Amino acid sequence: MNQLTAILEGIGSTVQLLFRAASYTPTLWRQRARFIEQCFLIGYTTLPIVAILSFFIGSVLALQAGYSMSNFGAKQFIGSLVGLSMARELGPVMAAILLAGRVGSAIAAELASMKVYQEIDALETMDIPPARMLVLPRLAAVLVMMPVLAIIADLVGWFGGALISKYTQSIAIEPEAYFSVLRRFMEFKDVLNGLIKAEVFGFAIVLVSCNIGLSTRGGPREIGAAVTKAVVTSLIMILVLDYFVTKALMHLQS
Amino acid sequence: MTRHPTRNPFTHSETAAVGVSVEGLSKSFGRFEVLKNITFAVPPGEIFVLMGPSGSGKSVLLKQIVGLERPSAGRVTVDGRDAASETTRGQVRMALVFQSGALFNSLSVYDNLALYPREHQIADEAAIREKVMRALQILSLEGTANQSPSELSGGMKKRVAIARGLVMEPQLMLYDEPTSELDPVMSATIAEIIATLKEEYHVTSIVVSHDRELALGIADRVGILMGGELVSLGTPAELRNPPDPRVAEFLNPKIDLQHPRFKKLET
Repeated sequence: MNQLTAILEGIGSTVQLLFRAASYTPTLWRQRARFIEQCFLIGYTTLPIVAILSFFIGSVLALQAGYSMSNFGAKQFIGSLVGLSMARELGPVMAAILLAGRVGSAIAAELASMKVYQEIDALETMDIPPARMLVLPRLAAVLVMMPVLAIIADLVGWFGGALISKYTQSIAIEPEAYFSVLRRFMEFKDVLNGLIKAEVFGFAIVLVSCNIGLSTRGGPREIGAAVTKAVVTSLIMILVLDYFVTKALMHLQS
Repeated sequence: MTRHPTRNPFTHSETAAVGVSVEGLSKSFGRFEVLKNITFAVPPGEIFVLMGPSGSGKSVLLKQIVGLERPSAGRVTVDGRDAASETTRGQVRMALVFQSGALFNSLSVYDNLALYPREHQIADEAAIREKVMRALQILSLEGTANQSPSELSGGMKKRVAIARGLVMEPQLMLYDEPTSELDPVMSATIAEIIATLKEEYHVTSIVVSHDRELALGIADRVGILMGGELVSLGTPAELRNPPDPRVAEFLNPKIDLQHPRFKKLET
């Protein structure tokens, strides 16, 4: 029962934080330095790890597809399988999981330590709302950077698949053939679908991590607990949201 | 002091100090009652020192005045406005000097001080620079402008925190244990700074402390909080011979090696 109230309280305070931060949107222009700094932290520093992971996801997809599809002579369709899987599902989900591990944890740690060391209290006594100074620039930055990360994840994943398809003896498909199949079976809406999902995941991760950081109470030990909570909550949220957003998007497109 | 008492050092505009009134204030955390029916008033421009043993609820009371926590019962008003209301902070400029300093660790000392005027768009960068450097100069901190808070000593952090409050051109300045963990000379310096700010800039000051020298040296009035109750309220002169034996012992504890206190507690 107590845990249920804690979860409901968490959802309530997250929604409140969202509205509060959104109400300061007109101040975004004069906070552009903070916005750009956050774009750098969220986008640029997450990029290498997103690229490495999606390369190997694309490669292993091609490898597994080659293994199972060549049994019934369908290996020429590997391109479309890797392409669709990356664009619709794995690109956005992998980018979001890395964002949760790298950015969500960092946000929770930073805000939780600011809270524990009374910096948040100091901001409030100075009549500077944390939602305006700390939350809004991060939310705006993730909205801009998340589609970029997802697109890069898609492209690198496709490229990884192509490379493996060419150099694995049992598959041996030339990149031209791989990409022509990929193009033939994929539409722009598949990529767009993935980008919308990435946007939803990214926004939710940053919002929840901000709220967990800001609601930390107690001593320095709670900073670690806040980080764990932010990452675990983000991961669960990504997978639950993934189902519902996919379902909603399919419904809209049919 | 030659300066006009209500002149502000930065803008040369008139700033009116504000009064604080605490009426029947109680605060509980769960079943634990930290503050019990406390009533007192601080008139504009006064230095009010709140003393008491550790854990007597001093810092909690300070948080109520600045509006970081809501009272369980009773009311705190600042300049006649409800302290617990979020709008009060926009109408009355209150600066709280935290015990730890609570400096923003990700910002340099200069940016810590410049944050308030920048966020509230009070002045352009040139005017902000002038204000910040003036505040640093008052507290003899000119050399630290580009340092990070983590590079400063405890005493310097406290002075930076006071300087950050000063840049806000506050009408009410609250200090939480401004002299704890400082050496005697630095404690005296901080006490002098608090008194000077009152004399020159006519700011109302509420100081939470258990530093007896500071209380008797600079306070206009001293309140003593014990076990969540305000047991004594009066001028420093009145405190020299307190009628309450608990207050007398708190202000003048004798180290008695023949009958140590912790042994009395055991029996």
